[in-house]
Amino acid sequence: MRSLLQGDRGGQILLTVLAIATVVLPMCNLLLPPDHPWHVSTYQLNLFGKYLCYALLAMSVDLVWGFMGFLSLGHGAFFGLGGYAMGMYLMRQIGDRGVYGNAELPDFMVFLNWDSLPWYWWGFDHFPIALIAVFLVPGLLAFLFGWLAFRSRVNGVYLSIISQAMTYALMLAFFRNEFGFGGNNGLTDFKVILGFPVSAQGTRVALFVASAVSVIAAYLLCRSIVQSRAGRVVVAIRDAEDRARFLGYRVESYQLLVLVISAMLAGLAGALYVPQVGIINPGEFSPLNSIEIVIWVAIGGRASLYGAVIGALLVNFSKSWFTAVIPEYWIFALGALFVLTTLLLPGGLAGIFSKRRVTNV
Amino acid sequence: MSVSPQTLLYLEDVSVSFDGFKAINQLNLYINEGELRCIIGPNGAGKSTMMDIVTGKTRPDSGVVTFADSINLLQLDEPQIARIGIGRKFQKPTVFEALTVFENLEVAVDGDREPAYNWRHSLSDEQRQSIEEVAHTIGLNDQLTTSAQVLSHGQKQWLEIGMLLVQKPKLLLVDEPVAGMTHQEMDKTAELLTSLAGKHTVVVVEHDMDFVRSLNSRVTVLHQGSVLAEGNMADIQSNTDVKRVYLGE
Repeated sequence: MRSLLQGDRGGQILLTVLAIATVVLPMCNLLLPPDHPWHVSTYQLNLFGKYLCYALLAMSVDLVWGFMGFLSLGHGAFFGLGGYAMGMYLMRQIGDRGVYGNAELPDFMVFLNWDSLPWYWWGFDHFPIALIAVFLVPGLLAFLFGWLAFRSRVNGVYLSIISQAMTYALMLAFFRNEFGFGGNNGLTDFKVILGFPVSAQGTRVALFVASAVSVIAAYLLCRSIVQSRAGRVVVAIRDAEDRARFLGYRVESYQLLVLVISAMLAGLAGALYVPQVGIINPGEFSPLNSIEIVIWVAIGGRASLYGAVIGALLVNFSKSWFTAVIPEYWIFALGALFVLTTLLLPGGLAGIFSKRRVTNV
Repeated sequence: MSVSPQTLLYLEDVSVSFDGFKAINQLNLYINEGELRCIIGPNGAGKSTMMDIVTGKTRPDSGVVTFADSINLLQLDEPQIARIGIGRKFQKPTVFEALTVFENLEVAVDGDREPAYNWRHSLSDEQRQSIEEVAHTIGLNDQLTTSAQVLSHGQKQWLEIGMLLVQKPKLLLVDEPVAGMTHQEMDKTAELLTSLAGKHTVVVVEHDMDFVRSLNSRVTVLHQGSVLAEGNMADIQSNTDVKRVYLGE
């Protein structure tokens, strides 16, 4: 682990802070009385947990955008699919506690007069199967997308637009009732996860810890890629794709590998997000959401990994503050933040901290 | 037709046209093993297209392209051609700007090209040694940790040649290696390329006549997609066809 973070000062600091928060925040919640000044409410902890999911999502975008040069405007699709996989498990856990008291079918299917569970819902009663789907479904979509796009050497703005079309198409599909995922309303009204009440304090704490641990683990995984020789090849492909190809690299294999890993991380982020917010609906596939992720990464700073995490946390904490105090100005504040970062800090916030490679000109 | 044993690269009757324009027209070209060959010709003579065909970037409409006795290059794509030992230097120096000199050579060094392998393995001692040797050869051994983007134009050209060398190719295709170089840098480059011949087979495409003269090698003149003349520099300079094409005499 030490060698993974070698030369990554920002990452060392970030992971240390995260590790401390993982231990201390739950203690502040569980052990301190509510009137104690250091007490962290379950609501706040839940909010942090949600932001950590965004941080994980931002990291997955940084991996493909910062390091590989693929500006994905469709990463919300992978996040959404991971979220839906988890949502399906949570729906099946409702059992006969739904409005219609039907143990065989989720409420929305009863409402649509369906008489049996569609085949693609089979197995989602079981957590391990849902967990596999959390990684497999976004991974497969990324593989298919990448296989078609990278093999035909689609890149640059065209690739970005196709990725946006992908998430838009999914949004339209998921909006349809016949698609079998709850249509407009999505999946909600969850009761239990792994036998624990989904909104209980202990469950919330556990979900926060799971999110924080996932961010840390994903960070180390991403570092293991970017600081390996394969990571340098990925950067090489970003900067001069043809040069890499004429050196004998099968460029599309590297792009596929990185995109699939990134999509799986985004799927995991979605899966951790859904039980914490209690709902998943087709809005998650909206292209606007995917663009917002890109803004987090741009503000935090590309190709540093920790920048993406900081960007996601910072923007979302500001969003919470703004929407509580002056909600109508949030969108302007976000726009201003993005423009100012682009103009004044092309390297994002991470660009301030990181001493770029010392060069002896 | 049988390929003579010392012929490394063999192009016969190769033609390619873009939108009706015949970029390469029934070209025949034979490069011997260990040879240093210069290819000259006016703009649009088909020099870069010829390199594109050999490296798999462009598919010819007809003709035969064979490498090392029996490998049919027309059935391979760019990465495969690179892996059987054909290295290419682009006309515009192309290095990986975000990486250091060492990392550029590391990405290029001869070895496994699979992502899973490179994720798990770092450089072997042998690869490291070969990088250091080449860094010496191209005169960048003091700047291994320098970011490639701050190198001078000439240094980038050398770094790219170095990236070819660490691949240990049998054949090096070098497109305009001295474009934008000072005279001093040109002399060093000539020295470098001459020293490579023998160990490697080197094909140089170049505009600069002084440079071509200093290489003192066999020269092929391309014109309108086919070979106009071939011989040593003195022969070429006295060739009336060449004079006509180049000087408009």
